[in-house]
Amino acid sequence: MRLEPIAAPTLARRLLPPVVALGCVAVFGGALAALAGADPLAIFGLIVTGAAGSKFAALETLNRATPLIFTGLAVAVAFRARLWNIGAEAQLYAGALMAVVLGSGALPWPGYALIPAMLAAAMAAGALMLIGPAVLKLRFGVDEVVTTLLLNFVMLLFVSMLLEGPLKDPMGMGWPRSPAILREARLPRIVTGLRLHWGFGLALIAAVAVWVIDRRTVAGFEMRAVGAGEAAARFAGIRVPRVVIATAALSGALAALAGLSEVAGLRGALTMDLSPGYGYTGIVVAMLAGLNPLGVVAAALFVAAISVGADSMSRAAGVPTYIADMLLAAALLAMVLALMLTRYRVRRA
Amino acid sequence: MTLPAQRWPALRLTGITKRFGAALANDGISLSVQPGEVVALLGENGAGKTTLMNILFGHYTADAGTIEVAGRALPPGQPRAALAAGVGMVHQHFTLAENLTVLDNLLLGTRPLWRPGAGRTAARARITALSRDFGLAVDPGARVAELSVGERQRVEILKALYRQARVLILDEPTAVLTPQEAEALFATLRRAVAQGLAVIFISHKLHEVMAIADRVVVLRHGRVAGEARIAMTDPARLAAMMVGAEVAAPAVAPAREGGVAMRLSGVSTAGFRPDLRALSLDLVAGRITGLAGVSGNGQGALAALVAGLARPAAGRIEIAGGAVADWSPRAAVGHGIARIPEDRHHDGTIGDFTLAENAVLERLRDRRFSRRGWIDRAAVRAHAEALIRGYDIRCPGPEARIRLLSGGNMQKLILGRVLEEDPAIILANQPVRGLDIGAVGFVQDRLLAARARGAAVLLISEDLEEVMALADVVHVISQGRLSPGFARGSMTAAGLGLWMAGQGFDDAA
Repeated sequence: MRLEPIAAPTLARRLLPPVVALGCVAVFGGALAALAGADPLAIFGLIVTGAAGSKFAALETLNRATPLIFTGLAVAVAFRARLWNIGAEAQLYAGALMAVVLGSGALPWPGYALIPAMLAAAMAAGALMLIGPAVLKLRFGVDEVVTTLLLNFVMLLFVSMLLEGPLKDPMGMGWPRSPAILREARLPRIVTGLRLHWGFGLALIAAVAVWVIDRRTVAGFEMRAVGAGEAAARFAGIRVPRVVIATAALSGALAALAGLSEVAGLRGALTMDLSPGYGYTGIVVAMLAGLNPLGVVAAALFVAAISVGADSMSRAAGVPTYIADMLLAAALLAMVLALMLTRYRVRRA
Repeated sequence: MTLPAQRWPALRLTGITKRFGAALANDGISLSVQPGEVVALLGENGAGKTTLMNILFGHYTADAGTIEVAGRALPPGQPRAALAAGVGMVHQHFTLAENLTVLDNLLLGTRPLWRPGAGRTAARARITALSRDFGLAVDPGARVAELSVGERQRVEILKALYRQARVLILDEPTAVLTPQEAEALFATLRRAVAQGLAVIFISHKLHEVMAIADRVVVLRHGRVAGEARIAMTDPARLAAMMVGAEVAAPAVAPAREGGVAMRLSGVSTAGFRPDLRALSLDLVAGRITGLAGVSGNGQGALAALVAGLARPAAGRIEIAGGAVADWSPRAAVGHGIARIPEDRHHDGTIGDFTLAENAVLERLRDRRFSRRGWIDRAAVRAHAEALIRGYDIRCPGPEARIRLLSGGNMQKLILGRVLEEDPAIILANQPVRGLDIGAVGFVQDRLLAARARGAAVLLISEDLEEVMALADVVHVISQGRLSPGFARGSMTAAGLGLWMAGQGFDDAA
């Protein structure tokens, strides 16, 4: 079997595979629910209402989508330039760490100065987390898949050490958590009274900004050129190493914003469970989006909706929560496969 | 091992024709080889050798023609049939499992996998006998990963012999060998043919063909360009056959030459195979300097140097009389060198980028196309539309992905991209390779027009006919050394062929 790219996919070719995939996931989810003793048809209603059935549910979905947009963008930017950043998780924690370090009293500034400072510091930290592996790749040919992946564990252990030591909240009754950040350091709500913070707005702005960089600037052009044809880019006089470093900085900074927005927008403090693997899910989001920055928003919303809806469904229908996880996993696998089938045709060799 | 005497050829190909789209890769090729005979298949890259062998092995199906092994027709498109009929092939890139032993590699595919232990002792004995008979010293128990390249090739040959090949095909076998290893290989081949094996030896190295073959078949542009007994021919004649001796009458106006636009003085390179050795070359305004030579003799290193991809390890590059300090692709573009790369898919264009994006690949940072990092999309689009009109690029439009264009239209875009900048120096590396006749004429006309305008052109081509037709001065490159320049009409194809075969150089081996 081999895959053959389709030059100009028809509308049916673009729509059919995802629809079929969602149908398959529905059948699979129904069977799971039936096995767990719930009504297989009722669970889909519960997923939809759980994800978008109320103002609370919808806002929860948007909040859940926020870090995924950031990590999805980070991965999309890097992958487009063929920089395989598997370390968005570490860059996320780097951003979260900066938010806590600067936001919990080190800088006694008002919000309009403090929040930009936190943003800048978080983005710088995330950028550095990826520039390191990028330099190793350029200078010594070290595979960035390995280095960025391993840095995730290094970073988690480092955060864990800080939370047990210098960053441990003295009022935290012994739990490994950081002190809460100042009121001035918190990202404001977008609409007063609604549980949706400016992190989401920032994520949308970031998506548009990345799209603009990608399509309208020389820097974005060069990043895409290096990814799509490195030899031709080099031949044309594009300075490939510089472009790789710039890509790494942008990607790392975006992932760090996920951590900052979770801490300063939602949690108010840093704990070890800040991210349930948002850095890795960002890879799925980016793939679902076909590495398109605006598509990342849609893909992140899709993943967040399934995840929030399935959580809610498992509580309402009384089925085990791992069924929600299985549903999410099945949905992601099916969608990635389906989107590939919109662009490739399977041929027998 | 002695094969019975046979009335029919060990292998006979008759009228093999294969078409890829518009291009004829093989055009009615007929070829036969007798038991106990070495036939050399000689031809430039792209002459159709590889296609022919792929058809023989069933990887492709021929559009027309038949294959017979020892008088029996081979079914088309079945790789196993060729193996079973006794055709053995030693590829340029070995097909050995590196983590297995020599013995395992020889047995691989010859016996059922579910009886791993069976008959190993007998097999080992046969292998030892074979390696003794043919002078192929190799330890059956050694892991392939530990073997040298020469030893691995011996294993490949052993593999074919172990499977009782009657016909052994070697694809550029000496490309990876030292001269001593090549000598040993030739000794082995002589023993093999003495025992009745038929050998097809694919090469583009003339002296090897002269040394080992009984007969030579020359391919050119997918056709048999000539056939000769080695005893009745010489390297110069073979070179002429290979690259085309018939000189097309060049409708070229006399050159109006100017000063030296680019000078390479005593440049050497590092990291190429072969490297340039203290090579000096002047590119003169208003002159097409042709570089002829058998492929793989340093053309790649020279092209990389002029294009800015490589820096000289020794020697100097001067442009318009001044030495260049920092040499890079960007510097080359900045110095006004128009670069037409040999591989337009890999180096010249980005397949998934649009035509418009590819048109500004080298010049996006110019003020014409961007300000402070922001792309002027209207200007980029207008530029692409101008090129499409001016260079007759057949395409759906400037937003079409370049991957969808034919090779000729892709080349026209590259040509337009660099020639519209009014370059003083042009590097044209195999500018018409793989193009149809119409596109060939278009590209050549544009190069001549640039010369008339006063550009210094370096034309690198493996097609001697093309070089002789276009170039005002021809140099031959061989093993990284450059021959003197021969003015238009002062040298015959046969004369250049001698230089291409490596004769005439001061330190000729």
